[in-house]
Amino acid sequence: MRRQLPILIVFVSGVFMVIQYFIPHESFEFIYEYAMDWIIIIGIFAMLLGLWSLTRASVSKVQAKAPGWGFSVMTLVGLATMLFLGFYKGNKSIAEGTFFMDLFWYIYTPIQATMFSLLAFYIASAAYRSFRVRTVLATILLVTALIIMLRLIPLGPISGVNQWLASWILTVPNMAAKRAIWIGVGLGATATALKIIFGIERAYMGKD
Amino acid sequence: MVTDLNTAIWNTLAAFLTFCIFSFLYKDNPFYKIAEHIVVGVSAGYFAVILYWNGLVPKLWNPVVKQGKWYYLIPGLLGLIMWTRFSKKYAWISRFSISFYMGIATGVAVPLYMQNFVIRQLSSTMLPVHFKNSVGFFNLLIIVGVLCALIYFFFSKEHKGAMGSAARVGIWTLMVGFGAGFGLTVMGRVSLLIDRVIFLKNYFTSIFGHIL
Repeated sequence: MRRQLPILIVFVSGVFMVIQYFIPHESFEFIYEYAMDWIIIIGIFAMLLGLWSLTRASVSKVQAKAPGWGFSVMTLVGLATMLFLGFYKGNKSIAEGTFFMDLFWYIYTPIQATMFSLLAFYIASAAYRSFRVRTVLATILLVTALIIMLRLIPLGPISGVNQWLASWILTVPNMAAKRAIWIGVGLGATATALKIIFGIERAYMGKD
Repeated sequence: MVTDLNTAIWNTLAAFLTFCIFSFLYKDNPFYKIAEHIVVGVSAGYFAVILYWNGLVPKLWNPVVKQGKWYYLIPGLLGLIMWTRFSKKYAWISRFSISFYMGIATGVAVPLYMQNFVIRQLSSTMLPVHFKNSVGFFNLLIIVGVLCALIYFFFSKEHKGAMGSAARVGIWTLMVGFGAGFGLTVMGRVSLLIDRVIFLKNYFTSIFGHIL
């Protein structure tokens, strides 16, 4: 029961959701909408599970005075502050201009944007390392990247040529490569989904 | 640039945190770690609150309490039993909700992925080939590129002879694609960097503009 019933549930619900896609009837549309709500609700509870897990890990680190426990205090303070501010005025707490949203715009957004912008520095060193490999493939990659990056920069008489070349790269070989990758992703995802529906892939159940 | 005190305080905090993150360029340090841990807590709290007000309330609370749709308690109950993961003895019960989630998600994914990622891409690749102008020739290049790149990913037959040549063309095509992706990513990240630098410049102008 512990393993067979979940596999049966996956099979029945999975096959049903595949079949309903091909039946354009309003009762199936209702079931589809309801099923979508189901997984959103279950997903939200799973996210809360993650929140509890983060809290527990941080609290136990603080209690054990583990190395860097002070940083975990920062995490807990940030979390508690957001939770308090997000609930104390009901659903008005998340309106624009509230303290809750100010914390989002002036703490979360600048940190995230700066973290992503750091990649500009590391990506340059990655490009240098791949250039040192000196293979045909690495050269193709870097030359293409260089043409794409320079397309918005005025290059005098060769600007027109570079822009045409960048546009050609994006619409011909890049398009071909991306299409092949998307087809591969689509087939891979479909195969994995079918493996789960038919009970071949069971890693989601964890261990007994 | 004139700014009010409230905005100045918030911007000072944002500028401080921006410098904390930039300090990682020197080496990993406590300032970076402080900002990193703050963002973990703040983002977890933010998304929990948003999911509650924009997800749980309209999808579970309102249907059950305001609209009397009691059958919405079933997914609520399934969501609650996810919490049995914390108990070693009862963790297996959470499999029921996970299996519902997996069944519905995979069932929806099969036709969706086939439609959007396979069939649509294949139909878009079926382009008219001719030699009246460059468009027809470029269409041929796209078709050859897609086929060769797919052959590169086909590992059931050894890449020798014609298969090997096609696979080589395929990897070249893929490298051009990765190069374009790399270039666009760099440009995106540099744009973010420019945005942060402009923010810092505006911040310092707003605070010290009247002195400088």
